Amino acid sequence: MSRQPVPRWIDIGLLPLVNLLAAFAVAAIIIAVIGENPLQAMGVMIKGAFVYKGALGYTLYYTTNFIFTGLAVAVAFHARLFNIGGEGQAMMGGLGAGLTVLACDQILPAGLAVMLGIFAAALFGAFWGFVPGWLQARRGSHIVITTIMFNFIAASVMVWLLAGMLMAPNQMSPETRSFAEHVSLPKIHELAAGFGFEMVRTPLNLSFVIALAACIGVWVLIWRTRLGYIIRATGHSERAAVYAGHNPAHIIMIAMAISGALAGLMALNEILGVQERVILNFTAGYGFTGIAVALMGRNHPIGIVFASLLFGALYQGGAELDFEFQTITREMVLMIQGLIILFSGALAYLFKPAVERVWFRLKQ
Amino acid sequence: MSKKHSISAGGADTAAPAIKLTAIDKSFGTVHANQNVDLHVASGTVHGVIGENGAGKSTLVSILYGFYSADSGQIDIFGQPADIRSTADAIAAGIGMVHQHFMLVPNFTVLENIIIGHEGSGSLLDGIKAAEDKLRTIADHYGLQVDLHARVGDLPVGLQQRVEILKALYRGARILILDEPTGVLTPQEAEQLFSILDSLRVQGVTVLLITHKLREIMAVTDTVSVMRAGQMVAHLKTADTNPADLAQLMIGRPVLLSVGYTKAQTGDVVLSADRLCLHGNTAEYALRDISFDLYRREIFGIAGVSGNGQSELLDILAGIRELSAGRLKIGMTEITPQAPLSPSQIKALGVAHIPEDRHAAGLVLPFSAGESAILGYEKDIAAACRGWFLQPRTIRAHCAGLMQAFDVRPADPDLRTSLFSGGNQQKLVVAREMSSAPDILLVGQPTRGVDIGAIEFIHNQLLRLRDAGSAIILVSVELDEILNLSDRIMVVNAGRNMGIIDRSAADAQKIGLMMAGVPVDELPAACGDRP
Repeated sequence: MSRQPVPRWIDIGLLPLVNLLAAFAVAAIIIAVIGENPLQAMGVMIKGAFVYKGALGYTLYYTTNFIFTGLAVAVAFHARLFNIGGEGQAMMGGLGAGLTVLACDQILPAGLAVMLGIFAAALFGAFWGFVPGWLQARRGSHIVITTIMFNFIAASVMVWLLAGMLMAPNQMSPETRSFAEHVSLPKIHELAAGFGFEMVRTPLNLSFVIALAACIGVWVLIWRTRLGYIIRATGHSERAAVYAGHNPAHIIMIAMAISGALAGLMALNEILGVQERVILNFTAGYGFTGIAVALMGRNHPIGIVFASLLFGALYQGGAELDFEFQTITREMVLMIQGLIILFSGALAYLFKPAVERVWFRLKQ
Repeated sequence: MSKKHSISAGGADTAAPAIKLTAIDKSFGTVHANQNVDLHVASGTVHGVIGENGAGKSTLVSILYGFYSADSGQIDIFGQPADIRSTADAIAAGIGMVHQHFMLVPNFTVLENIIIGHEGSGSLLDGIKAAEDKLRTIADHYGLQVDLHARVGDLPVGLQQRVEILKALYRGARILILDEPTGVLTPQEAEQLFSILDSLRVQGVTVLLITHKLREIMAVTDTVSVMRAGQMVAHLKTADTNPADLAQLMIGRPVLLSVGYTKAQTGDVVLSADRLCLHGNTAEYALRDISFDLYRREIFGIAGVSGNGQSELLDILAGIRELSAGRLKIGMTEITPQAPLSPSQIKALGVAHIPEDRHAAGLVLPFSAGESAILGYEKDIAAACRGWFLQPRTIRAHCAGLMQAFDVRPADPDLRTSLFSGGNQQKLVVAREMSSAPDILLVGQPTRGVDIGAIEFIHNQLLRLRDAGSAIILVSVELDEILNLSDRIMVVNAGRNMGIIDRSAADAQKIGLMMAGVPVDELPAACGDRP
């Protein structure tokens, strides 16, 4: 007997909301226990994320990172591959963008150098996703294991290069020299100024627009192209894909390369948009949080945008919380983020049976 | 063994029915699987429950055996109200179950399998000795002979089933539920099972037989209950009914039990298999020296007990597996181990394939019906894809066309594939594969889990396609299906070809012996002399 499924809006709308509320409820209890008012803390967080001057810009800047890494996890997941190597693929993307721009920012026009940097970020990320894909497809090495390993390898490569041959001369920090002036993705406030709007200076840059375009691209790829059709068919049933005349090994490698490319694009925001040089640890865990983003967004670009916005707001609002309350420390904010990841990621379906039961009772 | 088991028949009150279900109701979400179901099974009888897939038979026995609990209703066992909340409760109440798929550990001995869960205390040896003595008593009592020290994995399927029955009796079952017990048996093994059921009945055991096969109901039961769409629609004495009436009760309208077969003039050879071999997982061959020719305008049936190589043969013909040795010729194209073809290359030769497992291979269950209806034909179906891009409108229209031509219900291309009934899912697969007007159609278990109405439809479509000039290879474990449709029949046993016989010379007894491993030229002379 198969259960009648609940309407889609419950699965993709209500359930994540319930998870979120559960996370906030637990966080509220903890905040109450340490002697602060949870509602007040909530207010500070919302103001910090959306209301204060420049807050929205910072929130969307963080959102951009989550969109890229969330999309990366989602594309792989449609082929039922659990890519947890977003972190390493993003590092490689940053390295690719950095190397390319450093190589040509003195000789090529700024726009062209940036374009090449974008391309290189995707290419390096794709390569770092493709290799575990190849190992899975051809050697049966499990993608979860290999992508974790590749995170470590990427981190070591970055340290080796940035503390070594790429380190800028005459300084002590492990980073490259800065890119030539104007060789970067334009900031949104700069663009707005060009049209005569006055905006607060924030790190928000053109990669936010590119991230939204990537969402549309991924939607088209997965649901409107033949390749996406085959990726989904392979993900749901490898035997169906074989039966239909497709080689799952190829699909695994292609899906992992696309996934890696999307993770690599995260570097646009950090390297080409903000830092304008390659630094260590610029990925700061965004690659891992991308897993929670994709889970919460149900692997759909629209869901991922909303989930990214939530995590972006948490990052930015959390910083404000840390600033406003003496008792609420940075670690406390991390814990709230952790609770949300726990409830919407690891425990994503905890409330599903209960919600379904309520729904069917209401319907009767 | 601390617990005392009674193997004697009868018990509390022999006049009370062994099973009495009153107003059992069970819903899964919006699916009302059992609606106000009543059932009386007299003690010491064989009672059949018949119904199509999805009629609610499995739900009912799952409630009786404690897998599910009913939303409402009452269960009485031998006149005592029984509160069955788990399988342990069911076993304690004297109910045993033989599942369709056996629950045995292949590398344990028969004895070890039977005492699983009843190992006794600490030292296994004492328990085993006591169990062995007790089992011998039971086996003698019911005439269920089996070597207790044989490894279960080495036993033929019929004997494995006997082990399951012994296991239930060992646990003190006085009511035995058998769920589709003949699905994996040869006709001869099925006959043996029926005689075992007979002797169980004589010894006072009550048997509840769940099946969708009319023949079995007629052959072995005393009384029969018919389920349709979650409800009990009839309780009958088997002697007072007949297959046609039962079929009509099952589906709610008159139905033809076999389609009108007419012979067609066969044409030239379109596919030729020459000593096909396939290595199995172990040193043995999964297929060994299979040779046959397939002619245009014929249905070539392949009979055999499930798991004797016919699935692998279909996979080879479809390009899903590669040959280990031998030569396959499709049209003018040769396929050898050195020069294999992929499934898409074989498809390009005009071969279509209705796979055995529509859930895992033939369809993608989370896809919309429209998406499932282009699986494998993304490039071919006119304008389903333009360049790289899918054309949702064309895909929808194509699917709507197939649904109309093949009477798929509901005719909604946007509905998830998993939400269609088994029969309608299969019709969708059949429609997709037939719509390419293939030269050769490979068909695996076309009516497995399909309701009677859809079976009739699918059979007629296969005959229509044959008459239109296609060659069809039909693999089925349903012997009736093979005998009804095939022009020639090849029987496989343990990966070998037991022989090919013409429709006119084929009957169930002959094919049954070949399925059990008797080559066609060694069949007893008396066999199959009927016209």
